[in-house]
Amino acid sequence: MTELKLARPRSQWADVWAQFRHHKGAMAALVLLIVLMVFVLIGPLVWRTDPNFIEPNTAKMFKLRNLGPSWAHPLGTDQLGRDMLARMMFGGRISLAVGAVAMMVALFIGTTIGVLAGYFRRLDSWLMRLTDLFLALPLLPLLLVMMFLFRDAISGVLGPRLGTFILIVTAIGVTSWMQAARVVRGEVLALKEREFVLAAKSIGTPARRIILRHILTNVLSPVLVAATLGIAAAIITESVLSFLGLGFPPDFPTWGRLLFDGIDSIRTYPERIVWPGIAISLTVLAVNYIGDGLRDALDPRIRGR
Amino acid sequence: MLTYTLRRLLTAIPTLLLISLVIFLLVDLAPGSPLSEIPLTVPPEVREKMMKALGADQPVMVRYVLWLKQFFWVEPQYLIDGWFGTDFAQGAQRIISWQSKVPAFQIIGERLPQTLTVVGTAYLVGILIALPIGIYSAYRQYSWFDQAGTFFAMAGFSVPTFFTGNVLIMIFAVKLGWFPTIYDTQLRVTDWASFYKMIMQMALPVTVLALFNAAEISRYTRSSVLENLNQDYVRTARAKGMGERTVLLKHVLRNSLIPVVTVIALGMPTVFGGAIVTENIFKINGIGAALIGAIHVSDLPLIQTITFIFAVLIVLFNLIADILYGILDPRIRYD
Repeated sequence: MTELKLARPRSQWADVWAQFRHHKGAMAALVLLIVLMVFVLIGPLVWRTDPNFIEPNTAKMFKLRNLGPSWAHPLGTDQLGRDMLARMMFGGRISLAVGAVAMMVALFIGTTIGVLAGYFRRLDSWLMRLTDLFLALPLLPLLLVMMFLFRDAISGVLGPRLGTFILIVTAIGVTSWMQAARVVRGEVLALKEREFVLAAKSIGTPARRIILRHILTNVLSPVLVAATLGIAAAIITESVLSFLGLGFPPDFPTWGRLLFDGIDSIRTYPERIVWPGIAISLTVLAVNYIGDGLRDALDPRIRGR
Repeated sequence: MLTYTLRRLLTAIPTLLLISLVIFLLVDLAPGSPLSEIPLTVPPEVREKMMKALGADQPVMVRYVLWLKQFFWVEPQYLIDGWFGTDFAQGAQRIISWQSKVPAFQIIGERLPQTLTVVGTAYLVGILIALPIGIYSAYRQYSWFDQAGTFFAMAGFSVPTFFTGNVLIMIFAVKLGWFPTIYDTQLRVTDWASFYKMIMQMALPVTVLALFNAAEISRYTRSSVLENLNQDYVRTARAKGMGERTVLLKHVLRNSLIPVVTVIALGMPTVFGGAIVTENIFKINGIGAALIGAIHVSDLPLIQTITFIFAVLIVLFNLIADILYGILDPRIRYD
């Protein structure tokens, strides 16, 4: 009897990774993003300068102001003598954290609404109307108004740093879940007619468990793509808010805030807007390219070609 | 077509009402009631009239209706009065900006043309750049031109406008001195010299906005043309022996522009949003700059009004997109 040789079954994620590796742009972007993450996460452990340190001795402080690049301050110092490299690392942490957390808020809202609208027919028209309403809102003006109206109140309760962080993350999340909701709804509508859901229903699985067990695991791939694009959008939005002076307070730098602070001295010290600008652009570009690669890799129609 | 248009028009009204409710409640529920914050510099009799017009001690829903009345009833009357010299409004209380004490709509009327000039030109330039790039990238899919186009679009999405704007200022205005850094809103185009000045001062802001818009539109054009290139009618046209130029520019282009036109209309509101940032960079005295200025001095009526104007613009362009789609693609009308 000849033994039947079965190839080792390959997991879906191994397939996805194999396809993802073919996308040159996405791979380059992944490397770039890892380098940026190392810079902001591990960098401060190596470069141990306090980003908010201002020399208390005034005479010394004046000497430390607006320095060019040197070994002591590789990116120079700002108008108060604070080390720019440390501020860039610290600011990157906040920018990335805002992007990640805001994306999670948006995805949570978007997925919940999308699944509910797709699975329960009674809710569908109402939830989609809500989505359309949110899509018709003037988002940037509303974000600005929200920041202006609630910033002081929330800062009073939670402190300026945590308060602003929570406000920005919530505001961005609440205003950017609509695309995810639409994509998820579409997927759920198709999934709900599939045999495995029918099978689960016929053995009496309650709706809650069908959603959590069978539907959610299957909408993972469009959600992942939406997540990467969401991070990029959130980072941009946060930096726009900071750039318009309605983001984080000055002693709590983000890349957008550093750029905003650099505008005043654009003629004399242009590098102060170039570094944070390049950092934002590279991060967003990398995340967008990864999203593009993921979309290709997760699409079974393209995969394997 | 008429019923289709009417149906779309009717659905726009509840959307607009709901949006106005959201904007109203957002400002109304914010800590510190807006009415209690009318600055002391506003004269007492005006103050009293404003309180009365907005119903200071009434419940929220009544205040909302009064606010709507000011917006949709009183202000249009003033507009008609201004046009025809009639007297419909009869001195009813208008929406007054707290900072400058002139009606909010007067400020918007002064600011809107600046925004429209810059935004409109930028959008036009953006479309003119995007269409050829998108069409050619699709026609030569995966060629080096397509790859470059993809990178260009990705970079356009990713590099924030406030960065490109400042870099352009740094290079072309500060270092090279070719263009002015600040936009002069007082400039009137009367002769060739002032026209030249206008072009020069518009060059940088328009470039920034146009590049940003071109990135998105070129992507849409590309995918739309790609989709149409595989259709049967293209094969038929080629089989009939038509030249590639005719096939591409006549048959494919006409069909693939249908979704692009709606994307262009739907993108208008985003462009206005982007104009807030661009106006801030180039110190253009437009409606976005007015919003930022109003926020910095807590001028609540002006903030509410401008935000709502943005909402009206969005709903309006959604409507235009819907109707255009109906005109261009008759299948849509009978859904």
